[in-house]
Amino acid sequence: MTNSFSEFKKAKMFLIIGSNMTQAHPVASTFVKNSVQKGAKLIVVDPRKHKLTDFADIHVPIKVGSDIAFLNSLIHVIIDEKLYDKDFVTSKTENFEELKQKVKAYPPETCAKICGIKTSLVYEVARALAKVKPVMLCYTLGITEHTCGTNNVVSIANLQMLLGNLGVECGGVNPLRGQNNVQGACDMGALPNVFPGYQTVVDKSCRKKFETFWKVKTLPSENGLMIPEMMEGLVDGKVRGFYIFGENLANTEPDIKKVEHELSSAQFLVVQDIFLNETTVFADVVLPAAAWSENDGTFTNSERRVSRVRTASKAPGEAKPNWWIFKEIAKRMGHEWSSSSAKEIWDDECSIIAPAFTGIKYSRIEEDGLQWPCSDENHMGTKFLHKDGYFTKGKGSFIHVDWTPPAEIPDKKYPLVLSTGRRLYHYHTRTQTGRCEGLNDLLGEETADISLKDAKTFKIDHGETILVSSRRGKVEVKANITDEVPEGMVWMAFHFRKNNANWLTNPAFDPITLTAEYKACAVRIDKLL
Amino acid sequence: MPDHKMLIDSREVTFKPGMTILEVAKNNGIKIPTLCHLKDATPTGTCKICVVEVNGEKDLVPACSTPAKKKMTVQTNSKRTIKSRRTTIELMITSGNHNCGVSGKSNGNWTDFQMKAIQYENSDELCPVWGDCKLQELAYQYQAKMDRSDSIWKSDSPELINPLIIRDFSRCIKCGRCVQACNEIQVNKAIDYSYKENDIKIITPGDKPLVDSDCVFCGECVQACPVGALVEKKSKDKWRPFNSKKIRTTCPYCGVGCQQLLHVSKGQIVRITGVEKAEPNKGRLCVKGRFGYDFIYSKERLKTPLIKDKGHFRKASWDEALDLVVKKFKEIIAEDGPGALAGVSCARSINEDSYQMQKLFRSVFKTNNIDHCART
Repeated sequence: MTNSFSEFKKAKMFLIIGSNMTQAHPVASTFVKNSVQKGAKLIVVDPRKHKLTDFADIHVPIKVGSDIAFLNSLIHVIIDEKLYDKDFVTSKTENFEELKQKVKAYPPETCAKICGIKTSLVYEVARALAKVKPVMLCYTLGITEHTCGTNNVVSIANLQMLLGNLGVECGGVNPLRGQNNVQGACDMGALPNVFPGYQTVVDKSCRKKFETFWKVKTLPSENGLMIPEMMEGLVDGKVRGFYIFGENLANTEPDIKKVEHELSSAQFLVVQDIFLNETTVFADVVLPAAAWSENDGTFTNSERRVSRVRTASKAPGEAKPNWWIFKEIAKRMGHEWSSSSAKEIWDDECSIIAPAFTGIKYSRIEEDGLQWPCSDENHMGTKFLHKDGYFTKGKGSFIHVDWTPPAEIPDKKYPLVLSTGRRLYHYHTRTQTGRCEGLNDLLGEETADISLKDAKTFKIDHGETILVSSRRGKVEVKANITDEVPEGMVWMAFHFRKNNANWLTNPAFDPITLTAEYKACAVRIDKLL
Repeated sequence: MPDHKMLIDSREVTFKPGMTILEVAKNNGIKIPTLCHLKDATPTGTCKICVVEVNGEKDLVPACSTPAKKKMTVQTNSKRTIKSRRTTIELMITSGNHNCGVSGKSNGNWTDFQMKAIQYENSDELCPVWGDCKLQELAYQYQAKMDRSDSIWKSDSPELINPLIIRDFSRCIKCGRCVQACNEIQVNKAIDYSYKENDIKIITPGDKPLVDSDCVFCGECVQACPVGALVEKKSKDKWRPFNSKKIRTTCPYCGVGCQQLLHVSKGQIVRITGVEKAEPNKGRLCVKGRFGYDFIYSKERLKTPLIKDKGHFRKASWDEALDLVVKKFKEIIAEDGPGALAGVSCARSINEDSYQMQKLFRSVFKTNNIDHCART
């Protein structure tokens, strides 16, 4: 997030797109609702009429995967009616003319057709956005889990730059991160192209810096593989040894049949986790890890805040902290690492080698955490980025992107679109929440959420077990008839193994990030014989 | 706008127009007791605990909902206010099932019943929040007295049917903090007041159990409840304020990063509450953050390394398991180079773990084939 959660309560207007906040980020949504109750405006763009739309001034029910068409059309109207922030665009951005020419191809009439909404709604939203300043834009996986995920994000940035909503309090581009420490895992360099603190591996001077710091000769100079490439590498033998730490890939990746084939192809698979799960089935060695609250450390939340995690109870049996396990492997490979606690790892390594974290030390985050960038030990952290419109690379660049449909669109054989996501009472593949007393009572099984209209068309009753199938697989699941879901859509989650949506999802990926298109594939629903 | 002046307990204090007497007092370090007042919610003035005496006013006024005025003179601890607060507290205690160790009227000592109740930590008679109850605290502070015979409470069995939350109307003092927590803080709008047959009750629409309502079990109402009317089901019989310590940490679920207080007893987490005033959640939690902690105590936790032998896992020592991992990885590197190894780190675990794993892959194995699920 460029901005912070604490700004939600002061925000004047929200544009929330592709984010089911009340279920996936419940506490964040409470601050949005508080703000709306005090008079802030809320525009929700989402195919589903989820809970937050109850609080919205405008709900724009665009078709799944039509985000760029909608955003480009907003940009078209805002430029056409001269509603954009001229000062910001002139002084802080570049490539405006190109954007202006190219969005001419997205008049509201065209957008309305692609998005399945009324033309007037495009004008209404564009004008509403231009009227209030700043507007805080939030998004989640509804934007990124598409084959055009990167372009979706680029479009969002174009819109916010055009409106001059970047570099200000209560504005910004704010992706709410799904996992507690997905921000931190990125920050720490658990990515194939960057060292900790986003220092690139292909840059010789970065490598030199880390070679000196880690006291090693020649670090690898080419970008590594991303998860989907690793998985495919298992099948063609390019990747022979695979080490999975705390991820249940067999349930979380698209097309479970394909994923399980890949995992079973691994020549040597190490899984480090807290439970046996669907992924450990394929493991050659399983290493037992200490869980949350069984060792000290830090998490970094969506707003870049590094907060403490503390020990409350002992890990069971011989389970060990993960950092200890990695250190032991390094030792057996002839590398003695000196840090022997999470505090030492952070204070003596992470915060020293990455400039953005230099000012963050355990002694400074005993209570509230600090938000990076935090350059020295007197720095109070950064609430919002790009202050006064100063971007890391100088001027903010408009990059026009064109709308592209999802990789698989409904046809005669598979006439509905399956979109997937999370539900409030469970987390991911239920390895944790499925073992918490009470949560299974609140949600004990998966459902296929469908509209009343489709239920009538296919003669399906509420609660009836139906068959949902795609080109990749099929699941039996109870139908849940709800007005949250538009006609033509089936909506499911991936919390339960038996009828996990990932038996059906399409392993088609964004070409740059290789994020899978979890939000759209073609399915059919049938009554059970 | 310039600050205005007023007198509180003979001290001259300044305030900005629009502030309540309670806010002005708080800003100046003058403590006025409250019960129904909930931070960040509209003051309701229902409980009458925060009453103060204002010169020129015939009646005592609630400090939480009375605006401060220029030249106002307020007394927060006059004899009249203390007497009024004591009477209010005694009325609250007699209205419900409050066996919280309040002195009997006849002798100044604890009654036999109360002595018996605290002998056993898990006594059914003992209120689940004994020792952590705002009403009990006020009763001590204001020397409230009552005998069991004064109680007008008639037996009323608690609502046990819900997962996670127990509602015990016999202990409800109708302060309305839960209603505000639900409607103004979390904005889930699942509960409200009902005024049927001259009786106030906090209900869901149709007076159904929480599980059959719009309640999403965030538990904000439990955290707001000043008495034992709303308690966590999992914590009952396990948590007592006097036998648990509080440890601050960060929630392990979504990317909001809510700050939690783990209440730990006998080496186990027995309750979780939000850290008031903390960034980013200001004391708020959701259902998973508040109730999703007991997976760590599951019997199914992995306790030893496992090695697959002829298709089945067998237990192994750390040395054996790690030696095998290193042997195999070394073989693969020797045969096909470091690029034949790949690793996936964990977006759920701490920063320090991800740092170590990428360091292992880059500096020891010599490959950048390290990723995690950010992209999926």
